[in-house]
Amino acid sequence: MKRMDAIVAAVLAAFSAYMMWKSTELPIGWIHDYGPGGGAFPFWLSAAMLVCTLIILVRTGLGLTPESQSDAPFFVDGEARRLVLIVGAALTIMIVLTSGIYIGEVTILPAVGVYVAIPLFMIFYMRYLGHHSWPLVLAISILTPVVTFLFFEKLLLILLPKGITDAWFYIFF
Amino acid sequence: MDGRLLAERSPARLKPGPTHTLMDVIYNLIAGFHQSLTGFNILMMLVGSTAGLFIGAMPGLGSINGVAILLPVTFLVPPTSAIIFLGAIYYGAMYGGAISSIMLGIPGASTAVATTFDGRPMAQNGEADVALVAAATASFIGGTISIILFTLFAPPLADFALKFGQPEEFTLMVLAFSTFVGLGGDDLVKTLFCIFIGLALSAVGLDVISGRPRLIFMNLPGFYHGINFLVLAIGIYGIGEVLWTIETNRGAPMMAKAEISVRRIWNALKSLRHSWGTITMGSLLGYFVGVLPAAGATPGSLMAYGMAKSMSRTPQKFGTGFVDGVVAPEAANNAASTGSMLPMLTLGIPGSPTTAILLGGMVIWGLEPGPMLFVEHKDFVWGLISSLYLANVATVLINIGFIPAFIMILRLPFTILAPIIFVLCLVGGYAPTNDLHDVWLMLIFGFGGYIMRKLNYPMAPIVLAIVLGPLSERSLRQSLIASHGSWSVFVTRPLSLTFLLLSVGLFVLPFVKARISAMKRAGA
Repeated sequence: MKRMDAIVAAVLAAFSAYMMWKSTELPIGWIHDYGPGGGAFPFWLSAAMLVCTLIILVRTGLGLTPESQSDAPFFVDGEARRLVLIVGAALTIMIVLTSGIYIGEVTILPAVGVYVAIPLFMIFYMRYLGHHSWPLVLAISILTPVVTFLFFEKLLLILLPKGITDAWFYIFF
Repeated sequence: MDGRLLAERSPARLKPGPTHTLMDVIYNLIAGFHQSLTGFNILMMLVGSTAGLFIGAMPGLGSINGVAILLPVTFLVPPTSAIIFLGAIYYGAMYGGAISSIMLGIPGASTAVATTFDGRPMAQNGEADVALVAAATASFIGGTISIILFTLFAPPLADFALKFGQPEEFTLMVLAFSTFVGLGGDDLVKTLFCIFIGLALSAVGLDVISGRPRLIFMNLPGFYHGINFLVLAIGIYGIGEVLWTIETNRGAPMMAKAEISVRRIWNALKSLRHSWGTITMGSLLGYFVGVLPAAGATPGSLMAYGMAKSMSRTPQKFGTGFVDGVVAPEAANNAASTGSMLPMLTLGIPGSPTTAILLGGMVIWGLEPGPMLFVEHKDFVWGLISSLYLANVATVLINIGFIPAFIMILRLPFTILAPIIFVLCLVGGYAPTNDLHDVWLMLIFGFGGYIMRKLNYPMAPIVLAIVLGPLSERSLRQSLIASHGSWSVFVTRPLSLTFLLLSVGLFVLPFVKARISAMKRAGA
């Protein structure tokens, strides 16, 4: 827990410093007859963030907080860590499939859209992690995107990203 | 935004003297019922209450998760229907939280933690039905008392707030954030960090005054439209929360048995006649704790439990399955949820993270939160207030009527529910801006929030800060522009000075508390 506390504080400190630097793209001082510049508010806030993270780091180093005195591992146990990492990875893959990977004009992986990504994610989750029966898994994995489509696209008129599968849906509109 | 860019609101809008007599309130309330009693709004309310009960009953999910994940659903309906829907979810979740606290011994939401103390032992003693009915009844009474208080307090408070200028608005925000320092109970430095990062993230996008782009991280175009508070809220309270639940609730908990029949419900109701005092105390305490931004339903219900125990003639019965230990926190958490709407509607300052999200929703629906709502959008305000009366009645009936159904829901495995919630998060993160950039951002906030929460960084101040950030910055800068750069504008106006002094008091409070406990230890 102590190591994680220090790592997170260090990452947040770096982010605060980056934000301070980024804020200076707009004036951070006083502009005559205009008030504080556009960068002032975020600049001083990120400066305050940096101070907080440095205090957290010092306190962690000196072992002054409950987190820094605890030797407990960050995850409850190995099983919990495995589950959280698998779910995190599956979520990331679902979003990668939805948005695709493009570097400049080059397509590394075409976006297949939510209506492919969602069923794949659900089948993986319920079958591999939940060990539910195939009929149940398939029923929920098909029903969820169908309800999502009817509700968001037909009722609310919010078009969800479909990537290369866009053309499949023309007949429904 | 509008004429308010000038440092003061135009005085022509102010109404001198007390304009809200009791008759006005009753008249407005009746007009509000006229708004909320349409077929569509009643439908929204019933769906909202049922969804809220369901979400509240699921272990790990509470009102804030429900409201954050389902807010994008309301984009197409009129604001009054949208707030009625979300208000009903908020309400229903407060009732629902008790169901899993009693049946599984796992709080359905953090607001129902105190309900487990006596609710679980009652279920183990074979009195699950009594506990469930007691929880529902106490919730109903807590809700009713707080809605009446709300109806009476809101108009005068809004009238008072109409006199605020920009300096008062800014110092009021400072006061709201200070409550987290003084009353939040989390680590001081981490709390401050979370307030600052929330405010700083709200500055991403276009500068509120000059309109120039700023903080465009890595020059990604997605940052030009700023960081939508919903992306942050869904990340933290959707993805982060489910990851948290996956890690903590792995073992399948034991379900208590409950027999429900009309006769047993009636007997349970009769047995509550000795608990009126406790319920009333819990309701009043919950209401006033709920009004404070940092406190809310969770501390309110814990305080009510403690208070009920210390006031009881039989404190030794608490913790062994005593009905007063169920009704006190349940009355308090429902009262607190209504209480937290009071500053949201009248001052534009949310009283809880859930109302922070409601407030952000109001901005999306095109309403400006704050006291002007009571003047310019009476239909919205009174539609919401009257709907709370109706939602309260509807929720208690749905709750008691369908207790067996909600018990069945608790048997739904989390490995089916979790992927459905993740899919809702994905769609909900995309819908507000139609930008996949925000879906990625939501994922980062979800992972980041999960890790930070495990290291005891409080999440509520971040959500409150990102919602209030643009308003805080605007009121600060406009105050300074009007005063030609003099900071004295915040201390020369009596109300503004009062808010600042209260904030200072809240900042000093943790040190005073630490000092007192150190002295006590030295004395002992």
